[in-house]
Amino acid sequence: MKALPAVDAVIVGAGWAGLLMAKELGTRTSLSVVVLERGPSRQSSDYSTDMDELDFAIRLRMMQDLSQETVTLRHDPTQRALPLRQHGAFLPGAGVGGTGEHWNAQVPRFLPDCFELLTKTAAKYGANALPEDHAVRDWGITYDELEPFYTRVDKLLGSSGQAGNIRGKLINGGNIFEGWRSEEYPTPPTKVPYFSWLFRDAAKSLGYHPYPAPSANISRAYTNPDGISRGGCTYCGFCGRFGCMVGAKAQPTNVLLPIIQKRKNVSLRIGAWVRRVLFDPTPKPSARGVTYVDGAGEEFFQPASLVFLASWTFNNTRLLLLSGIGESHDPATGGGTVGSNLTHQVSVPSATAFFDQPLNRFMGSGSAGFLFSDFDRDDLHRSSMNFVRGGYFAARGYGFQPIGAFGVLPNSVKATWGSEWKKAAVRYYDRTATIGFVGEHLAYKANFMDLDPVYKDKLGDPLLRLTLDWRDNERKMADFATRRAVEVAHAMGAREINPFVGLRSYDSTRYNSTHIQGGTIMGDSPAHSVVSPYLQHWQLPNLFILGGSTFPQNASANPTPTILAFVYRAADAIVDRYLKHPGPLA
Amino acid sequence: MRRRHFLTLSAATLGGVLIYSLDRKASLLAAQHKPVRIPLRSFTETEALIVAAAASRIFPSDDSGPGAREAGVAIFIDRQLAGAYGRDRFRYTQPPFEDAPRELGYQGSATPRQIYREGLRGLQGFHLRDPAAQDEALRKIEPTLFFSVLRQNTIEGMFCDPLHGGNAGMVGWQLVGFPGPRMSNFDEIEKYYGQAYRPKPVSLRQATGAKVRPSEDEK
Repeated sequence: MKALPAVDAVIVGAGWAGLLMAKELGTRTSLSVVVLERGPSRQSSDYSTDMDELDFAIRLRMMQDLSQETVTLRHDPTQRALPLRQHGAFLPGAGVGGTGEHWNAQVPRFLPDCFELLTKTAAKYGANALPEDHAVRDWGITYDELEPFYTRVDKLLGSSGQAGNIRGKLINGGNIFEGWRSEEYPTPPTKVPYFSWLFRDAAKSLGYHPYPAPSANISRAYTNPDGISRGGCTYCGFCGRFGCMVGAKAQPTNVLLPIIQKRKNVSLRIGAWVRRVLFDPTPKPSARGVTYVDGAGEEFFQPASLVFLASWTFNNTRLLLLSGIGESHDPATGGGTVGSNLTHQVSVPSATAFFDQPLNRFMGSGSAGFLFSDFDRDDLHRSSMNFVRGGYFAARGYGFQPIGAFGVLPNSVKATWGSEWKKAAVRYYDRTATIGFVGEHLAYKANFMDLDPVYKDKLGDPLLRLTLDWRDNERKMADFATRRAVEVAHAMGAREINPFVGLRSYDSTRYNSTHIQGGTIMGDSPAHSVVSPYLQHWQLPNLFILGGSTFPQNASANPTPTILAFVYRAADAIVDRYLKHPGPLA
Repeated sequence: MRRRHFLTLSAATLGGVLIYSLDRKASLLAAQHKPVRIPLRSFTETEALIVAAAASRIFPSDDSGPGAREAGVAIFIDRQLAGAYGRDRFRYTQPPFEDAPRELGYQGSATPRQIYREGLRGLQGFHLRDPAAQDEALRKIEPTLFFSVLRQNTIEGMFCDPLHGGNAGMVGWQLVGFPGPRMSNFDEIEKYYGQAYRPKPVSLRQATGAKVRPSEDEK
């Protein structure tokens, strides 16, 4: 293995988290920064010709190449895990920009009580309010501490929306259930697809409080504090699973990469597949750098004074396990923190509605639409619902394309091919849409990640193994959401409605959301967590872990703004304090 | 090297000859009487004829509009199977292969190309039968993986961008009122609430003026 000249900082992964850290360190310090990215090079100008549903939305050209590495899955620790051989429940990206290139750019914040879920729930409803086998934890930080960083994220992205709570003052038309914001959104709400408009009126008529979906596909031209200018969304409808043709969608390649590329102290190495973090356990525990294999198959050691893992939930966790940093979680004993608190989201198509009138569904964006959060709260179990926490309802006009959208039919149509099927599918093609629900996922002791004993990646390293299944709390939440969504669909004037069939076993074949969290969680003590709320490793203080892998459990909201807020906060602490006095920040 | 195979299509069955207007009335765009020979990338001619016939029963040409035959679905599938998709370039294909509950997804070792080859062996002479007998044969294989892949690929071939060899003449898009890639709907998105807005379809190459290369043409 060839040892390379040492650098000040090495960052593993060139997605949202890694490139934001690279930008902060690269512009605010003179540190030498190397970003290692195993996927292909990407830039926003690549996307001018990618409006091809087959290659991008169906064959998933921007996603991780599973022939090289995937994860294995089992529902409980008694089963043998098998590899997820094709994409399904989640869609991690590959290449520069990572998942942030093909995202839908939905940018809500987490609710304030999410960060203190354990203590707040116990204080309000007693120690037994959470399910018996839960592993819910506090994050070691409050929303109030995080709010300034959320505001910086909104300015970075140019987020479009309407505030519902500015410094405690509730504002009708915004989300009155959200945490306080110090400022209004940088840009006004986006335009509204017809289906979302029907949903908004119906939700209002039922007494709910619909608000425009927060969107980083911005509504109009905007220049961010870094001087990056983007135009407004054109509602072309090719959004999630695509890069943005016009650059209206905030992507790491349009808001971060242009700044990084101007900095001589930051370099980006493509095709660098990181295998291990090397570290000295004694006398002064610290990470020494990382090893990686390049595109030609040659292995290198990149020494660095600061090591950042920003390679998405799965790979952050896998790198710690492969490197022998920390102890692998064992649900039988409760020991070991690495790999614990694996969560996904209760993201379900609660009601698929069929209408008499056309909806013009080809127009839209990944985050244009209306939401309501009246059931995104902690007290639903008090009202005979018998489940904890909640989520938000959504009617977004993603922009629908025909391969994926054709053939969604009312349950009354039985045919699945032939003339009768075709006739019905043609008739309903532009007359159907789905009310979605996205709910919180609690952490449980037996939902976790470790290394698979059988299956290997392209280099012979063990795959990450997920042990993951739904519990009654999630099933009841999904059923509750279905009943509410069906009421809304009726109020929208739907002719027929297909209710969601319900959550059974965790299904890797149904797209859920790309919001998988945990594995290297943050907390206020090394006994239960891997990193501090500054994302700093408890034992190796020059190792930082960025991304959703640090979330103790999942919220209903989409995670990117929260991920980026923590990166900003960690970057401030590193620049302002750590560089002067290296050592623990918390 | 494989022997070169061609699919010979008569003018009446060739995609792009029949163009359907927005109200789904078929009209003959060009009277073309000479048969056309299309080189095949993965199927033999007989296999292509069987796939074309089966796709036409799944997505028939009927009084509700054009179907798999006009869209050129068999040509589309032939190209897909010859490309990255057909050989599972992006799927995790390391052993051991084990049976699994449905929730873990397809666990088999067979690539789409192998699934077709095997499945088509069970449909010998299919293209020579009458439609009722063809439907009967398809009903028999309905629970198989081959049928579900064929059905999915048929939908793809109906509605993909024409650069992939299906949706010839954009007949699939016209059938459902999808306009293809449009750079902007800014002025229209809030203008047509409750009414059908059906701009004339354009393909990706038409919309961008770029010679976009489909993934199946990459090595």
